[in-house]
Order: sequence, then structure tokens, then C-alpha cells
Amino acid sequence: MDEITQLRLRKAIQNGLPLTQQPYLTLARELGLTEAQVMQTINDWQDDGLIKRFGLVVKHHNLGYKANAMVVWDIPNDKVDEVGELLSLCDAVTLCYQRPRQLPQWNYNLFSMIHGQNRDTVLQQLADIVQENGLSAFNRDVLFSYKLFKQCGGQYVQASTEQISKGLSL
Amino acid sequence: MNDLDKRLINLLQDGFPLTARPFEIVARQITAAGLEASEAEVMQRIQALLDEGILSRFGPMYQAERMGGGLTLAAMKIDEKDYDRVCEQVNSFSQVAHNYRREHELNMWFVLATETPEGIQDCIHEMEEVTGYHVFNMPKQEEFYVGLKFSL
Repeated sequence: MDEITQLRLRKAIQNGLPLTQQPYLTLARELGLTEAQVMQTINDWQDDGLIKRFGLVVKHHNLGYKANAMVVWDIPNDKVDEVGELLSLCDAVTLCYQRPRQLPQWNYNLFSMIHGQNRDTVLQQLADIVQENGLSAFNRDVLFSYKLFKQCGGQYVQASTEQISKGLSL
Repeated sequence: MNDLDKRLINLLQDGFPLTARPFEIVARQITAAGLEASEAEVMQRIQALLDEGILSRFGPMYQAERMGGGLTLAAMKIDEKDYDRVCEQVNSFSQVAHNYRREHELNMWFVLATETPEGIQDCIHEMEEVTGYHVFNMPKQEEFYVGLKFSL
């Protein structure tokens, strides 16, 4: 499949699959492809990592996970991989990234997200994580969010600015 | 949310069949797990969950870096008196997503997504000019993979 056709398919599904009995056939007809080509291409994109996940994406807030804490850690550089792996294995941790420090204003280099029903449960989960993994020696901070001002945006494919990054993981 | 909805959410966060009649496959999987569901019901419930705002989407989640674009986490330290103004200015950039107010000296946190990697710096410069505030740029250096955690 040529690049332009691939881009057209990418755009056609970035806001979601059609909810028809045969969604890949629906897409194929729109794009002048065969159903097999559409399925094969999506399969290839999953295999090579262009598509990270393929399926439903939930809005955690609307599922009752009202508290959202960014827990940031100051971990010595030679330990950050080890601690990152530990955190990523904790059930309560939904994202875990290493990011650059911004000295002197920002000392933290490991970022993790914890979602929970409310702030108390999030803090309890964090306390458990610290204890179970022996992380009490490291400085950390908890940044609760209290308002989401914008959940949209991002532009990856031309002329589709508002919708695309809904499908991006952060 | 009913039992079928919960099953669908647990099952389909992890993947969706690449077959001619994928909703029929999903219906069969759910039926095999002890909860009867038809292809039509599966389609109806997914649409309903989208309409109700339980789901943000149904389809692919792209790996941003692989799309050839730029992606970063940015933070700003905004004086209370300027917060609303700066928030509005920041949100007026189409490259901004997921703008959260957080309890910290750095009190505004958002994602920047641009069409090219270089676009991030351009956008930050423009944002600093418009708002008069510094933008801290915190791109990811490494991602530690976590599985899917929202099971119902």
C-alpha cells in the first residue's frame, strides 16, 4: 500500500472504527481498498508499534476514578531504571516515565500516575508502594489535579487537529 | 453501567479482533464467559458507552513518536492573579492537550503535541512570548511499561 493510502487509512480510523457489522469492509469501501488490505495494514501497524493499543479507551474520571495524582520522585540517575521498573509493576500505577530534571526549580526525574476513587485511597496506595518497595529514602511529591481545563488537541496528521491525540497515550 | 458493559471494557481495552465480523467474535467470547450477548448488543453497548462519555474512543491508540510528531509534557508556574488569563492563552494553542491544574508551585501541566519534533520548541517560544511566563519542557526519556489497570 502506498504512503498516501496509508495516511488516508490512518486518518480514517484515528477518530474511531466504524460501528458497523463489518468495520474493515466499511473502511475498505471508503478508501477503495480490499477488506484484507485494511486488516493486514492495521495488523502490521500493531506489530511494528505504530499502534500501541487497539480497542477501547476509557475515561477514567467517568468510571469513578475521580482522583488523579502525579507522583514525582527524585531518584539517583543510576537507580532510575530499577525504581521505574518497580513502580511500573505496582497495580495502582497507571503510567511511569523518566523525564529530565529542571534544576534548580524541579528536582524530580521519575513521574508516575496513580488513579483512585478519591484522594485518601490514592495516598494509601502510595504509602503501600513506598513501604513495599523500600522507597522511603527518596524524595517525592504528590501533585493532585483539581481541574481539567482541556482534554483534546494535538496534531499528527494534517487537517485533523482536534481529534487525533485523543488516541495518544501520554 | 451493566454487566455487559463491564465485560466489554475489561475485554476490549486490550485489543479488538481483526476479523471480518469482529463484534460477533466479541459477542461469542462474552457468551463463552457466561454472559449471553449478541453481535447487535455488543455494537449498541459500545455506541452507548461512547455516547455516555465512559469511553473516549474506540479504535487505535497511536505511538506519538512513530507518527513523526513531537510530544512532551510541559509545566508552568503561574501567579494566581494571572491563572485564568494564561490558562485561556495556553488552551488557545491547538497543540495543547490534557491541561491540568495541579497543587504545586508548578501549577499548570499540559501535553504538547506537534506535527514535527522541532515544532515543540517553536510552540514553547511562542507560548512564552504570548503569556510572559517560562514553560518547563519535560519530554519523556524513558517509558516504563505498565499494563492495563482499569479493570471493573
